[in-house]
Amino acid sequence: MIEVQDLSKTFGDNIAVDHVSFSVNKGEILGFLGPNGAGKTTTMRILTGFIPATSGTAKIAGFDVFNDSLEVRRRIGYLPENPPLYTDMTVHAYLDFVSRIKNVLAEKREERITDAMQKTNIEDKRDDLIKHLSRGYRQRVGIAQALVHDPDVIILDEPTVGLDPKQIIEVRHLIKGLAGNHTIILSTHILPEVSMTCDRVVIINRGKIVAVDTPANLTTQLKGGQRVHLEAQADESAMRTALQEIQSIRKIAVEPASSGRLAITVEASPGQDVRSALAAKIVSRGWPLFELRGVNLSLEDIFLQLTTDDSSHAAKAAS
Amino acid sequence: MKGLYAIYRKEMQHYFVSPVAYIVVAVFLLLCAFFFTRLLAYMIEQSFEMSMQGMQMGGGAMNFDVPSLVVRNFFGILSSLLLFLTPILTMGIYAEERKRGTMELLMTSPVTDVQIVLGKYLAQLSLFAVMLFPTFAYMAYMFFHSDPRGPWKILFCAYLGAFLMGGVLFSLGAFFSSLTENQLIAAVLTFGAFLFLWVIDFGSRGATTGVGGVVQYLSVIRHYDDFSRGVLDTSDVIFYLSFIFLGLFLTVRSIESMRWRRA
Repeated sequence: MIEVQDLSKTFGDNIAVDHVSFSVNKGEILGFLGPNGAGKTTTMRILTGFIPATSGTAKIAGFDVFNDSLEVRRRIGYLPENPPLYTDMTVHAYLDFVSRIKNVLAEKREERITDAMQKTNIEDKRDDLIKHLSRGYRQRVGIAQALVHDPDVIILDEPTVGLDPKQIIEVRHLIKGLAGNHTIILSTHILPEVSMTCDRVVIINRGKIVAVDTPANLTTQLKGGQRVHLEAQADESAMRTALQEIQSIRKIAVEPASSGRLAITVEASPGQDVRSALAAKIVSRGWPLFELRGVNLSLEDIFLQLTTDDSSHAAKAAS
Repeated sequence: MKGLYAIYRKEMQHYFVSPVAYIVVAVFLLLCAFFFTRLLAYMIEQSFEMSMQGMQMGGGAMNFDVPSLVVRNFFGILSSLLLFLTPILTMGIYAEERKRGTMELLMTSPVTDVQIVLGKYLAQLSLFAVMLFPTFAYMAYMFFHSDPRGPWKILFCAYLGAFLMGGVLFSLGAFFSSLTENQLIAAVLTFGAFLFLWVIDFGSRGATTGVGGVVQYLSVIRHYDDFSRGVLDTSDVIFYLSFIFLGLFLTVRSIESMRWRRA
């Protein structure tokens, strides 16, 4: 449905998007993950035909976003970072206007508007002026605006910003419910959002793609080197030296816990399972072992690891 | 076409709820009414005096064409009112959309830049027509009550001239509004440009050849004088139409360039 090939965008000397390639299948939800200023918004603006790319091509439903811009724009719904609202209009009048410029047929218009309002749960604000709505409602009107013409592709730039936790959950459900009929790209810097809603994740940093995979795969594959949490009773420095003898461990954190025990967190090198080695080591020393469990690295950790500079990695390793 | 109509419709809705449009139109009509009554009273007074003088000289009553003089002076004043008021009506047309981020909605919708520009421009012209229309009532009243009836042709020429000149002001104002996100900057630029086109022939009045002639030709107000005298000259009409076209063309280009500039 969406094909992006070698896309680049520069603003003067500043490279916003750097040779990005990815594709999205029909009915899929793709998450665009990256810190602020990573190039998410720029990529989305290129896809929606708002700005042209410096080089490379992007196709939506087979139409080039630059050469067949109007055909592409007919097929997309787009929620920019700041919802594009006419605040002196009522919700209904606004959605009516959007449905008109998106070429919704006159006889289908009311039905589409009602449907979009139902999906985003804003029916009770139908005749309110947008300027009187709260941030959360405005955001939902923005989402309704992207749905009103029932587009094949929906592009949402940070759709849950400014919503309260309950609304965030509702919006995530809404987005999940839209998949299948619609192909969705959403950008976010909130990680749980990606693991909860997206089929696939593109992690982007400084304009470059650093990883493309399913959220589950990213967690396992990139961090096969798992993290193990231990609780044992022993002398702190003796424990440290003992654990350092295990080769595939690359990071040890030992902290005193309650009743003289030690809380230990161990990080293994990628692809290594150190749990049995740890158990054997501690038991062979005759130390009582209370707990040993593997901890899955969260997307947060992967994200930080992928997007932080090598220099800061080095700094962390040194400390 | 549908996209153009959708834009037009939205703009008209906007004027309907916008306090700015109401206030500008109200101030405009109030001032028009004031000037019209003062002018009419003054001209009638003058005509009495002239006929008195004529009688005293023994030459019989002199003809004094009150309606034509009122039209001419009234439309002269009207043009200055437009100079002050149109920048306020045009300043927000694109600047506000840019500031609110709704330009992004329009530019990612299946409407062309030309449709956006024309839809907005036609809405502005409609507002302008609505704004001018009540003044026609004053004029019609005066024409029906003068004997012999006033020359309608002069009146229609004058309105055509006002409409064309307004068209130029609105198209240039829209262009300046498309250059910035700041409405005040748009208004000041528009006002400055209008004023400049107004007085561009200052110092070269009377010249007919060379630079002076060209500069005179560019003066927006000079072409307007012909209309309010009841002269319908195609060169004046073409002058205004080409100015309108230039303004619209520049606006389309300016919107296109937003796509390339936006950081």
